[in-house]
Amino acid sequence: MNGDASPIVRLMRALLIPVLALIMALLLGAVIMLVFGDDPVKAYRGLLYGAFGSGRGWATTVRKMAPFILTGLSVATAFKAGLFNIGAAGQFLMGTIFSVFVGINFQGLPVFIHLPLALLAGLLGGMLWGAIPGLLKVTTGAHEVITTIMLNYVASLFAGWTVYAGGSQGQTPGPLWDPTAGPISETPDVLPSAQLPWIFGPPYRVHWGIVLVLAVVVLIWWLLYRTTIGFEIRTVGQNLKASKYAGIRVNWTIVLTMILAGGLAGLAGGIETLGVNHKFAPEFSGSVGFDGITIALLGQTHPFGVVLAALLFGALDAGGAKMQFDSGVAADIIQVIQALILAFVAAPAIVRSIFRLKRTPEQVKPTVSTSWSGPG
Amino acid sequence: MSRKRVWKTSSIVSMVLAVGLVVMAILVNTTSLSQQTWLRVLFGVSALNFALRATVPLVLGALSGILCERSGIINIGIEGMMLAGAFAGFVVKVATNSWPLGMSLMAGVLAAVLIGGVMGLLHATLSIRYRMDQIISGTIIIILAAGFTAYLFDRDAVAEGKFVAMPIPGLSKIPVLGEVLFNNPPLTYLALILVVVLHVALFHTRWGLRTRACGEHPRAADTVGINVNRYRYMNTTLGGMMAGLAGGFLVLEAVGQFQEGMTAGRGFISLAAMIFGNWMPFGALGASALFGYTQALQNELLLAGVVNVPRHFISMLPYVVTIVAVSGFVGRVRPPAAEGKVYETESSA
Amino acid sequence: MADQPIPALEVRNITKRFPGVIANQDVNLKLYPGEILGLLGENGAGKTTLMNIIYGLYHPTEGEILVRGQPVVMHSPKDAIALGIGMVHQHFQLVPVMTVAENVMLGSEAVRNGFLDVGAVAQRIHELSSRYNLDVDPYALVEDLPVGVRQRVEIVKTLYRQAEILILDEPTAVLTPQEIQGLFQIMNLLKEQGKSIIFITHKLKEVLQVADRIAVLRQGKVVGEADPRTATQASLAAMMVGREVILTVDKKPAQPGPVILEIQGLTARNDLGEPALREVSLTVRAGEILGVAGVQGNGQTELVEVLTGLRPALGGRITVQGKDMTNASPRQVTEEGPSCHVPEDRHAYGMVGSYSVAHNLVLNTYYRPPFAQGITVNEPAIVEHASRLVKEYDVRTPSVLTPASSLSGGNQQKMVVAREFSRPVKLLIAAQPTRGIDVGSIEFIHNQIVAKRDEDVAVLLVSYELDEIMALSDRIAVMYKGQIIDVLPREEATREKLGLLMAGVHPDEAASSA
Repeated sequence: MNGDASPIVRLMRALLIPVLALIMALLLGAVIMLVFGDDPVKAYRGLLYGAFGSGRGWATTVRKMAPFILTGLSVATAFKAGLFNIGAAGQFLMGTIFSVFVGINFQGLPVFIHLPLALLAGLLGGMLWGAIPGLLKVTTGAHEVITTIMLNYVASLFAGWTVYAGGSQGQTPGPLWDPTAGPISETPDVLPSAQLPWIFGPPYRVHWGIVLVLAVVVLIWWLLYRTTIGFEIRTVGQNLKASKYAGIRVNWTIVLTMILAGGLAGLAGGIETLGVNHKFAPEFSGSVGFDGITIALLGQTHPFGVVLAALLFGALDAGGAKMQFDSGVAADIIQVIQALILAFVAAPAIVRSIFRLKRTPEQVKPTVSTSWSGPG
Repeated sequence: MSRKRVWKTSSIVSMVLAVGLVVMAILVNTTSLSQQTWLRVLFGVSALNFALRATVPLVLGALSGILCERSGIINIGIEGMMLAGAFAGFVVKVATNSWPLGMSLMAGVLAAVLIGGVMGLLHATLSIRYRMDQIISGTIIIILAAGFTAYLFDRDAVAEGKFVAMPIPGLSKIPVLGEVLFNNPPLTYLALILVVVLHVALFHTRWGLRTRACGEHPRAADTVGINVNRYRYMNTTLGGMMAGLAGGFLVLEAVGQFQEGMTAGRGFISLAAMIFGNWMPFGALGASALFGYTQALQNELLLAGVVNVPRHFISMLPYVVTIVAVSGFVGRVRPPAAEGKVYETESSA
Repeated sequence: MADQPIPALEVRNITKRFPGVIANQDVNLKLYPGEILGLLGENGAGKTTLMNIIYGLYHPTEGEILVRGQPVVMHSPKDAIALGIGMVHQHFQLVPVMTVAENVMLGSEAVRNGFLDVGAVAQRIHELSSRYNLDVDPYALVEDLPVGVRQRVEIVKTLYRQAEILILDEPTAVLTPQEIQGLFQIMNLLKEQGKSIIFITHKLKEVLQVADRIAVLRQGKVVGEADPRTATQASLAAMMVGREVILTVDKKPAQPGPVILEIQGLTARNDLGEPALREVSLTVRAGEILGVAGVQGNGQTELVEVLTGLRPALGGRITVQGKDMTNASPRQVTEEGPSCHVPEDRHAYGMVGSYSVAHNLVLNTYYRPPFAQGITVNEPAIVEHASRLVKEYDVRTPSVLTPASSLSGGNQQKMVVAREFSRPVKLLIAAQPTRGIDVGSIEFIHNQIVAKRDEDVAVLLVSYELDEIMALSDRIAVMYKGQIIDVLPREEATREKLGLLMAGVHPDEAASSA
C-alpha cells in the first residue's frame, strides 16, 4: 500500500494536490479579475516580482513567513487532536500584548535574559488564551469553534484597551499606552535588549526569529510523531472513544493541545512584535488567524507542509503591495485566492475530478465537525 | 427523559424572564420609576428598541443555522453568508438609487437573499458533493465572503435611503409594547413572522418531518425513499438565503451603508443562539433576544455613562455572554444526531 | 405448495460485485405468496447484500428481480416500497426523538391542507396494531420504547405502506426467547393473511421452527435448499459453513480458585442520565467464566464500562484481587488489575481505524518499555511486537503497517484479542467478543477465551447471544433492567429458564414454570 512507496514518490504524492490546488486557485483568481475588469497578467507579474523579484522581495517573503508558520502550526496541531482552533488571532494578540509588556519594561536586563523572557511571555499569553477554550470544552462541552471566535473579539478589545490613548472626555488611558504618542493609541518601542537581532538589517529586516521558528517546527514534528504525547494527541483526534479505552487522559490531552496551539500562536505574536514592529498598535492584528487555518490545511496539517504553505502565504503577502502598486488590482484579491486555495485543498475530489487523477491512498485528514456537544 | 425535563424548566425560566421584562418595561416607562437612571438604562423604550434591532440579524442567522443543521449540515459559514448578503444588498441598492426608494430597497433585499442562497448552495455542494468537512467548508465561505467584499467594495459608493418604520395601525398605540413591537421597519416584522413560519413548517409539515429525519437518522429517511442529500441541498440553500436576509437587514434597514466586516461576529453569535435555543425557532428567538439585549445594554451603558469602566470592557459584554451561555447550556441541549456527517447511501458507499 | 403459483418475488441469477469482492454470485430464489422463506447463512455470507438489492438500496451487477411475475428495476427503496416490499432492518431504522406515528408515516405522510395529519396515521396504526396483534402506541416516543416494541413499530411501518412482501433481517438478535416466540406468532399471523416473508437468520433452531422452506447462502452463493421438516441443525450447519461444525466448545470442567473480581451494590447511569445499574453484585473467581446473559440494553454495556473505568460508578464497590478499583481510570484497571478488556464495539472503542495494525496492537501499552523510552516512541520495538502477535493470533493482514480499517471484521477482532490476550492478566472482561464475525474466527476466539480460563484467569463474558453464553460459561448471571436477577450454575441453566429470567420473570417463578 503506502508503505512500499519510496520517500520521493510519497513526497510527490503529498505535494500533488496542494500544487494543483494552487494552480487552479490562481487560474480562477485570474478569471475573477477578468470578470471585474482587472488585468491578471499584470497583477500576477507584480505579485511574483514583489515576492521574489529582488533581495528585498525575498527578505519580505521570508520575514512574513515567521508568523504564518507558527499560526499554521497552531491550527495544524489542534487539528491533530480533532480540535478546530479558530482562535489563533486572539492568541496571537495576547502573545503580542504579553511580549510587549515585558519588552517595554525591565530596563537594564541583558539581552540574553530580556529577549528570552519577552518571547516566553508571548508564549505564555497565547497559552493562557488557548487554555480557556480547552478548559471550557472539557468541563462544560462548549465547542471550541464558538468560544475561540468569541475570545478573538475579547482579545482584540482587551488589546485595544491596553494601548488606548484615552478619550476626549478624559477617560483613563490604557496601561501600555505611550504617553509621548499623543492621541495615537500605541505602545512605546520595546527596549533594544528585547528586540530580536537582525540577520540582515534594514532595508532587508530579516531577524533571527525565522531560525527560531524553524527550530520550533522541528520540535513540534518530533513531539507529534516521535513521542507518546504526540501519539496521545493524534489518537484523541482519530478516535475519542478508543483513546479513553486506551487509558489516555482525554480531557488533559485536549487542554494540553489547546495550550500548545495557543502558545504557538502567542509566540507568533511575540516574534512579530520583537522582530518586526517593535511595538503594538491595534491595527497590527490583521487576518492572521484565518490565514493559519488555510496554511494548516494547505500544509496537510503536517509541520513541514506548513512551512511550505507559509512560504506561499509569505510570498502572496509580500507581493500583494507591489501588485496593487503596479497593476492597480486591490490586494484584497489575494484573500479571495487564499479562500480558493483552501477550497481546492480541502476538497481534493474537485482537483481529482478536474485533472482526472486516480484516488491515492487515503491520507489522514482532519475531521472536526463532530457536532456541537463535545466530550462531557 | 431527564434532558426533556431540564428543557422544560429552562423554558419556564425564560417565560418568567420574558414576562418579568415586559412588566418592568411597562412600569419603568409609564411611572416615575423612569427617573432612575439605572432602570432607564435597563428597561427604557430606547434600550428595548435597540435590543430588538440587534435581535433581528441574530435570529435570522439562527434560523439559517436551524434550517441547515436540522437537515444535518453544520453551518459555521453564517457569518460569511450574512456579509455576502449585506454586500449584495448594498451593491444593488447603490445601482438602483435612481429607482423609487421602496423598489430599490426591495431589489436590494432580493439580491441579499439570492446571494445568500448561492453561498448556501456552495456550502452544500462542498460538503455533500465533495465531502469536505463541514466546518472547513463553512470557514471557506467566511474567508471567501470577506475577501470578495473587500476586493469589490467601492468605498465611494453611497446607498441613498433605508427602510423606515411602518407602524401597525392600532397596535402601535399600545403604550410601551406598541412602541417596541409594532412600530418597526418591515424586515423586523418579517423576521418575527419567519420564526413562526419555520416553527410550523418544521413540526407540522411533510417537509419539516423529512428534514428532521435527515438530520437525526438519515439512513432511516433513506430506507423509506427520502432523498437525504436533496433535502440537505435544499435546506442549506434556504438557510443561506435566511443569512443573506440578515445581511440585507444590516445594510438596508439597520445601518443604511456597507462597511467591511460589518457583520462583526453576528453570524457566530447566532450559532450560539441556535445552540442555546436548542435548535428550536422560538428558542432561537429567545436566545437571540438575550444576546441582542446585551448589545443594547452595552450601548445604553456607554450612552448613559453610568459605569466607570473603559468602553472596551463594556463592548466585550455580548461576546462574554455568548461564551457563558454556550458553556452553561451545551450539555443540556441536544443537537440533531447526524449533523456534520456525510451521508452516503449504501449503493454509493 | 402443491401446484406452484406465481412467486410473489423471484430473484434470478443475481450477482453483485464490489471492488475486489463478490458479495453475491448467481443467486436464484423464489418466494411464494403466504410462505415464510428462511434465508440462512453466517456473517458475511451475503444475506444482507442480497436483501439490500431486493429493497433497492443496491443495484445488482447482473441478474434480474421479478415481483409477481413481472421483471422490475429498482433505483431506490422508494421503488421497492411502491412494489409492496417492506424491510425490517437488523439495525432499526427509527428516529429516536420522534413519535411512533411520525416514524411510521415518514416518507408516506398523511397530509391535510398542507399539514401533517397525525390523527389519521394514529388511527391507521391502531387498526394495524389490533389486526396483527402488535400493540403499538402511536404517540409514544421511540426512544422510550424497549427494543421488542421498536421492532413491532418497524413491522407497522411496512404494513402501513401496504407491504405484501416482508423482509426481516436478523429480527431475533435483540429478543428474549419468549419475545422470539411472540414474533413468530406475528409472522404466522401475517402469513395467514397472505403476506410473504423472507426471514434472514444465522440461527438454526429458529429457522427450523418457523420457516416453510430454507435456502442456505454461503460465500455469496445459494448452496442449497432444505425442508425444515427433514433438516437437522447439524445438516444445516454443515451446509452453512461448508464443513462439519463443532457446535459446542470443547472444555474441561472449571477449577475455580480464589475470588478475583468482586462487585458489590454497584450503581451507575446511562448516557441519558437514567439509572442503568441498580445495586449489581457479582463475583468472578480465578479459572472460571462467568457469563452475563440478557437482552441488549439491560445495563450490560454500562456494567462493562464501569468495570473498565470508562463510566463512573455512583455507588457500590469494585475490588480486583482485594484492591479497591471503584472508579479507577482505564489505565489503572489495565495496570493494577491487571486486566484486559475486549470491548463491545470494536470500531468505536477497540481500535483506531486509520492507525496501522502495529500501532493498534500497542494502543493501550504504547507508553511502556520497550515501546517507549521516556516519552520517545520506539517504532522498531512496536513493529517487532506486532509481527510476533500477528503470527501468533492468526491476524491476516498484508503487513503490520496496513491500516486496521482495511482488515476484515474477523481479523480486526483477532487483532483486538491479540492485543488484550497477549498481556499477563488476572481478569479478562470480554463483551460481545464474536459479534459480526465469521465462524472460523468465532471458534478461534472461543478457544482463546477457554485457554485464558485454564490459565487461571477470571473471565467475565457479556454476550447477547444466548448460545455463546451457554457454550462458554461455567456460571451464568442474568441481567434485567440493570439488576442481576439470578446467578445459575451452568448445569442448571436451561434455555427456557434463562429466557424467562431475561424477560424479568422472578427466579422462583422461572424455576417453577420452566
